[in-house]
Amino acid sequence: MRRALYVLIGVAVCAVLWEGYKLVGSPDGAVLLGVRVLPRADDLSMPHLWTVVERLGRPELTGGRPVWIVVVNACLFTLGITAAGFAIGALVGLVLAALMQRFRIVERGLLPYVILSQTVPLVALAPLVAGWNVLWPGWMTVALIAAYLAFFPVAVGMLRGLQSPAPAGVELMRSYASGWWRTLVKLRFPASLPYLFPALRLAGAAAVVGAVVGEISTGTRGGIGRLIIEYSREATSDPAKVYTAMLGAALLGLLVAGLVSLLELPLMRHRRHVEVVTL
Amino acid sequence: MRRLRIFTAITATSALLFAGCGTADPQSVTPAPGGSGGALTPIKLQLQWFYQAQFAGYIAAVDQGFYKEQGLDVQLLEGGVDIVPQTVLAQGKADYAVAWVPKALASREQGAGITDVGQIFGRSGTYQVAWKDSGITKAADLKGKKVGNWGFGNEYELFAGMTKAGIDPSKDVTLVQQQFDMQALLKKEIDAAQAMSYNEYAQLLEAKNPATGKLYTADDFSIIDWKAEGSSMLQDAVWANTEKLNDPGYQQQTVKFLVGTIKGWAFCRDNAEKCRDLVVAKGSKLGKSHQLWQMNEVNKLIWPATGGIGVIDDANWKQTVDISLTTKNQTGDTVLKKAPEGLAFTNDYINQAITAAKGAGIDVNGAGFQAAPVTLTEGGS
Repeated sequence: MRRALYVLIGVAVCAVLWEGYKLVGSPDGAVLLGVRVLPRADDLSMPHLWTVVERLGRPELTGGRPVWIVVVNACLFTLGITAAGFAIGALVGLVLAALMQRFRIVERGLLPYVILSQTVPLVALAPLVAGWNVLWPGWMTVALIAAYLAFFPVAVGMLRGLQSPAPAGVELMRSYASGWWRTLVKLRFPASLPYLFPALRLAGAAAVVGAVVGEISTGTRGGIGRLIIEYSREATSDPAKVYTAMLGAALLGLLVAGLVSLLELPLMRHRRHVEVVTL
Repeated sequence: MRRLRIFTAITATSALLFAGCGTADPQSVTPAPGGSGGALTPIKLQLQWFYQAQFAGYIAAVDQGFYKEQGLDVQLLEGGVDIVPQTVLAQGKADYAVAWVPKALASREQGAGITDVGQIFGRSGTYQVAWKDSGITKAADLKGKKVGNWGFGNEYELFAGMTKAGIDPSKDVTLVQQQFDMQALLKKEIDAAQAMSYNEYAQLLEAKNPATGKLYTADDFSIIDWKAEGSSMLQDAVWANTEKLNDPGYQQQTVKFLVGTIKGWAFCRDNAEKCRDLVVAKGSKLGKSHQLWQMNEVNKLIWPATGGIGVIDDANWKQTVDISLTTKNQTGDTVLKKAPEGLAFTNDYINQAITAAKGAGIDVNGAGFQAAPVTLTEGGS
């Protein structure tokens, strides 16, 4: 109840800031030594919130569906891609983490590449992957891009988690003559949960970014990323429209974060939470 | 108890997964070009961007069955921000591609084996748009002004035009990297903005003038047309795979593909509104009046086609190559380092296709083409 109230207050503060800046800010913004330090406050750059809301209610094109339905549908499409990318990414991340924990040499050899993988720019990767879609539908390409971003926090966070049990615990398991698998299931995996879930939340956010950027990059039709780029082309004459799509993308991010934290509810009720440093 | 929890987690994860699979359906339906009869050859054509009237001829040829008459089942591939059509073609992921000549030539220089087999747009649609009251009407007037340009190889006509008018683009003007909308011009951050006649220029005319509450009109702006300045370059062309052109089967298929393409564009010349509807039905997010404007402007870039649609004019080709070789952009780069080698273009196939189309009673010149006036509405909807 209280949390819902905080959320509402948060939204209200943002709205007040936006409209407040529009009220006091100069329509031409502020430029200091040739660098724009404050954005323009005119209606073309920052449409009024009620214009955006009103735009949501009006048809996308004359006689078409209202914008909000289009945006919601696009978000659902991207949610599907995100979920697929998240699932693949999480699975790959878990397997990699387990491998790295099991074989020291794999950790030494692989971890630098895992980190390196995140420095490859998506714009270089996307056209490469885009050509593979003879094997699967176009949306799967985007899901792969999402997975590529999502596996990283899981792999790194989970590795830290699997290595987290105290030596005493590991030695105890050894004294029971239990093998690697049993130690993993009985000791390391439960111990890693407080590390896993923050990593999964990061992975969820990364998957959303990957899905949206992947859609833009490959031009995959149907999702919110594509909608943003299509609406932004109309920013000259219909500036509120692109904000409706951006609003959709933001809500999608929140939704995914919420869904991921639902995953941890049944598993984390009696556990301590730790902050995870992924790098 | 713990087992139950893990089970819950697994169920939740798989629920997410299934949600992912469920939404796949609408996507897989879109590219299917309708029911196909027995022995059609499947063909992929890579476009430069999302469906819009710029590609109406191809869309119409698919929809009206012009490709099917030729025994081809053509699938149109939409472009995206990072999709480079000529690269897709060179990698064999498409059979033909639509691309601008200078950019495609640059890719050729880097090793892409592609050949221009049909210069569909005989004219360039690039403008530099300024406010009428700024007094900018020709390239020479840009001196000392803030000039917007898109970069990424879209800027060479502007640079060639300025150079030709005696302006040094690196010293005499302030160059501003322009977004793909026209807000910078409307807010007067720049004095002149790059615009395609069929897209960005229309967006200006679809925007409301806050001072009057009415839409801007053509009287508010002045246009520098690079065709008039003599620095225009060839744009949309159909490119084929050079190596495959040695294969008689691919040669024949290319002619057939071009016949269908010619019919499609001729259809859109004579039925602009119908083609507009076809593009809108393809799910374009741009409004109806905007698409009709675009259809009309694109038709102007093709028709009248004195030598026949798609035939590469030597003088235009030479101008494009010359500018590509000599004009430097702000970083000092030219499009090409040396003259194109090998089979950069050929009229062999388009000429055969034109003969075939003429035989079928198609007007391939459009000598009597008159562009119809289009009224734009707010937001183009």
